[in-house]
Amino acid sequence: MAYSDKVLDHYNNPRNVGSLDKNDPNVGTGLVGAPECGDVMKLQIKVNPETGIIEDAKFKTFGCGSAIASSSLATELIKGKTIDEAMQLKNTVIVNELSLPPVKIHCSVLAEDAIKAAIEDYKRKAAVHSTAAQSA
Amino acid sequence: MLKFPIYLDYHATTPVDERVLEAMLPYFREHFGNAASRNHSFGWVAEEAVEKARKQVAALINASPKEIVFTSGATESNNLAIKGVAEMYAEKGDHIITAATEHKSVLDTCKRLEKRGFRVTYLPVRPDGLIDLDQLRDAITDRTILVSIMYGNNEIGTVQDIRTIGQICHEKGVLFHTDGTQAAGKIPVDVIADNIDLMSFTAHKMYGPKGVGALYVRRKNPRVQLTAQIDGGGHERGMRSGTLNVPGIVGFGKAAELCQQLMPEEMARLQRLRDKLKDGILAQLDEVYINGTMERRLPHNLNMSFAYVEGESLLMGINDIAVSSGSACTSATLEPSYVLKALGAGDDLAHSSIRFGLGRFTTEEEIDYTIGKVVEVVKKLRELSPLYEMVKEGIDLSKVEWTAH
Repeated sequence: MAYSDKVLDHYNNPRNVGSLDKNDPNVGTGLVGAPECGDVMKLQIKVNPETGIIEDAKFKTFGCGSAIASSSLATELIKGKTIDEAMQLKNTVIVNELSLPPVKIHCSVLAEDAIKAAIEDYKRKAAVHSTAAQSA
Repeated sequence: MLKFPIYLDYHATTPVDERVLEAMLPYFREHFGNAASRNHSFGWVAEEAVEKARKQVAALINASPKEIVFTSGATESNNLAIKGVAEMYAEKGDHIITAATEHKSVLDTCKRLEKRGFRVTYLPVRPDGLIDLDQLRDAITDRTILVSIMYGNNEIGTVQDIRTIGQICHEKGVLFHTDGTQAAGKIPVDVIADNIDLMSFTAHKMYGPKGVGALYVRRKNPRVQLTAQIDGGGHERGMRSGTLNVPGIVGFGKAAELCQQLMPEEMARLQRLRDKLKDGILAQLDEVYINGTMERRLPHNLNMSFAYVEGESLLMGINDIAVSSGSACTSATLEPSYVLKALGAGDDLAHSSIRFGLGRFTTEEEIDYTIGKVVEVVKKLRELSPLYEMVKEGIDLSKVEWTAH
């Protein structure tokens, strides 16, 4: 299969690879996919609790080149956005940007799921945090 | 000097050897006759060339020339052997035995026969890739007419104990077919000593042209009969009609002759290079698993799983080396390799597998380059892999609740 130049670029120079401290209350972690399905994405966001802006995003992906590119692009797209804006991000944006063929659309869906999972994890932690703060 | 891309996919196909091409060329224009034309010299020349090739092909597997039926390739040979036996011996029985790791041209042929009312037993394989001979013995009933077990596996290179399988079949009075596509021309195959009744093989896996193959059909002890699957002019002793592909057959003959001559030297050279590739990779990377036994294996095959790295992304990183992967992403069906799954290694290892196939034109330099490149790319992808990170943190991946999709 021939890859688009954008997929190749993200595969060869992935953006925002790495990990954030998952115990930091301002960090949300999304882990989606399954090893037996051939792709697993871990996407992390670091949110400013005052503004709700995603100040940093990191990813690690086990998967094909399109999965790596989708998650790399996803971190680029959500950095600087508020969590509400990031929640609205649709996989089709990734499909178009990377010119993904139909068989690779699930990679973009997985990236969208990873963003949502990271935001939900952040919100859950924030809720626990504020409850803990109130009861203290 | 290295020339890119490096070809390490010799199980898929092989380039035509120059000597083979030379032998073929006169039969396209100068000696273009139809081997079935009995009344002029154009036909006689073509027929003579075909009969010479038939001898060369037969000699490679210790058969007699009359036992060779030329076909379009191993897929057709497998179809002819299995369907031809099933139809011919339908009165004797309706049961066929094969294995889970066979090529699709065997498995799908068997599936079609099941739709027609035949019963098929698909033997599992052990984690080493070999069938359990006791299980085979137990599976044979008085309704069994055919056992079809491949000689060398196209993905993991494992070589079944064909001689014993053939012996079991002969003791029980059951015909034995083997798909010898990957083995013929590469390792010694002797249809008499190996107790083989039918064997499929093809030219393009042994430095011959595509589009020509053969089915060996035993003529005595026992005499095997087949129902033809292609009707027409009654070529190939009525077993396979259709004008003979004379240049292709001439090429097949020459390719077989060369393989027979070069085999001892080629086997030793490729096994040494294959082992160098294996050891070179294993010395520099952890958590690399070899799929299938190394004890009984084609000398030019290596199939490895690089844990926590997905196969297609690995292929993408080593894109100056042509290999193939058992990963779902590289298959049309989006299913990981059924052969690797049959070993029970788990889908995740199938997704992470790479098949290396070495051949006549593989050089030591190419192997050295491949070792370096694979190690570099696997390391890079592991840095990118959340699974590798989790394992290094001490997390048991089998205990994680994954969101399967």
